[in-house]
Amino acid sequence: MSGVDHTAALGGDTPLFDPTAPLTATGNLRRRMFVSRLVDGSAGIAALVAVALLGIVLYAVVSRGAKALSLEFVFTNPQGLTGGGIFNSLLGSFEVVMIGAVIAAPIGILTGLYLTEFAGRRSRTGRMLTVALDVLQGVPTIVTGLFIFGLLVIPLHQQSGIAGAVALAIVMLPLMARASQEVLLLVPASLREAADSLGVARWRAVLTVIVPAAAGGIITGVILATARAAGETAPMLICNSIFNPNTTQLNPLHGVPNVPMLIYTAYDLAVPDALTRLWGAAFVLLLLILIANVGARLLLARSRAKMGGGA
Amino acid sequence: MGVTAPVARRPAHTKRASRTGDRIMRGLCAAAGIVVAITLIDLAYQLSHDASPAIDKFGVGFLFHEAWAPNFKIFGAADMIYGTVVSSAIALLIAAPLGVAIAVWLAMIAPRRVSAVVGPLVEMLAAVPSIIYGFWGVIVLAPFIQKIEPGLHSALGWIPLFGAPQTTGISMLAAAIVLTLMILPIQASLCRDLFLTVPPELKEGAEALGSTRWEVIRGIVIPSTLSGVSAATVLALGRALGEAIAVSLVIGDANGIHANLFLPGATLAERIANQFPSPVNPLHTASMFYCGVILLAICLLTSLLARKIAGRFDVERRYARAAMA
Repeated sequence: MSGVDHTAALGGDTPLFDPTAPLTATGNLRRRMFVSRLVDGSAGIAALVAVALLGIVLYAVVSRGAKALSLEFVFTNPQGLTGGGIFNSLLGSFEVVMIGAVIAAPIGILTGLYLTEFAGRRSRTGRMLTVALDVLQGVPTIVTGLFIFGLLVIPLHQQSGIAGAVALAIVMLPLMARASQEVLLLVPASLREAADSLGVARWRAVLTVIVPAAAGGIITGVILATARAAGETAPMLICNSIFNPNTTQLNPLHGVPNVPMLIYTAYDLAVPDALTRLWGAAFVLLLLILIANVGARLLLARSRAKMGGGA
Repeated sequence: MGVTAPVARRPAHTKRASRTGDRIMRGLCAAAGIVVAITLIDLAYQLSHDASPAIDKFGVGFLFHEAWAPNFKIFGAADMIYGTVVSSAIALLIAAPLGVAIAVWLAMIAPRRVSAVVGPLVEMLAAVPSIIYGFWGVIVLAPFIQKIEPGLHSALGWIPLFGAPQTTGISMLAAAIVLTLMILPIQASLCRDLFLTVPPELKEGAEALGSTRWEVIRGIVIPSTLSGVSAATVLALGRALGEAIAVSLVIGDANGIHANLFLPGATLAERIANQFPSPVNPLHTASMFYCGVILLAICLLTSLLARKIAGRFDVERRYARAAMA
């Protein structure tokens, strides 16, 4: 920490330099290297522990869920408490999440464009909008659910898929906007300058040069945000939880069955077969989300490579 | 006068078109930004509007009153605020150091090939939805906790936190563990990204002067990213404070303030998830909206705090990214 005693570092208590001595660390240096190795080791153990802990969770879902999984499980509706599959919930989840994404994506991407292309880099509105996005992203999803409950469910007098979708859209919106912003900032300045020097109008440059260059990253952001929303349970619980769990119901003006609510409402049934179905549902949900994540990341890597090659 | 050279007309024409085009584009983008702002403002308004019956009735005392009796129309949030703070604090105490250690390992110690596999794996774990953690918590973790409670009590019973063993394992401890697992990947992946932005010249310079790896970490990497790491920790904390679903499955939604972690408890978000679908009376609903308002305020503070701490850092990060591209 404080001044290092160099003679000590070189040879401890032997005051004279001995050229024949083997080159091993002694004294202070030895202590420092020991501490360093200790830290290396404990960080490695920490990583191992964390990966193991999280592996335990995933293993529980995968091992139990895989038992329930079959084509029939995915493509039939539930029958009674234990029989059948989760087809209606999958369809319903897909519908609600897609409506949410269709609402959120244009607003999110345009907000990202506004931040990078129209608000100046140091402008006040730009900064305030960024703060608003960060705050919105920090709002707990259950609070978002309460908000939509007050905004849509109370005036319409019933829970509905559309209310759930709007709540999910609010969850996705800041994620999509921030992702678009980050990606648009990565578009090389030379592209913008080239468009400017050719006298291309700003809006044309945005639509034909800047957005295409960032498209891969923007789509990645949209997919990641959608995948995150697909697993959201809290807004569904508040806005879209009243429905018949055994039938297919896709009218968004009424409650639409969905996978998160399927798992949430039925977990305490003391019927082991019902639990198997829930593990299956959890597994399918996890699988879809992870596939979306991997796909989005691959897409990002590809578009990065393309952008690097083109620039 | 109709004879004007087309050469002269065309630029004027395209200029006007481009000006309108620019205006439309700018207007569209600004409108999207306005939608974001309105959403946030309306969210705060709607929540406080729907909470107003409870706010009018209980006032600020709601925060300190330890009672939740829907049938008697008596509501107070002290229990839940306690539960929220305790469960998140325990989660953060475990997850923050562990997450930083994982990040250090991934960014600096692990062989590149290993961290190229483990890094995305950790990021992916941040994408696992809360319902799955909660479901796992109630079916696998709670019975396990119930099994280890007597052992923990006999070994550490002198600490009030490890009091008398209970029968189900549904407890504050289970909630804290589930929250730990949920925020760990966030903390780890955010910090790893931060550590990777430390300029290699600094690290190499320190190494050239004879620093060991630990000295590089302690003297260069941590100090230069400290604000970012703190901001990441605050963000993770915000995430834990607001988690409703996973906690609602494992905490038991019980009243009372207890030091014993083996007893069930409640948090603000979890109470809403548990009781909102079946309210007993309108005041019950309004009180849960009041909980939502408190939650919103807490999370607003954490986001702003994270932003303030990280303020300088964000600039650097953006700078680094721009330099990469």
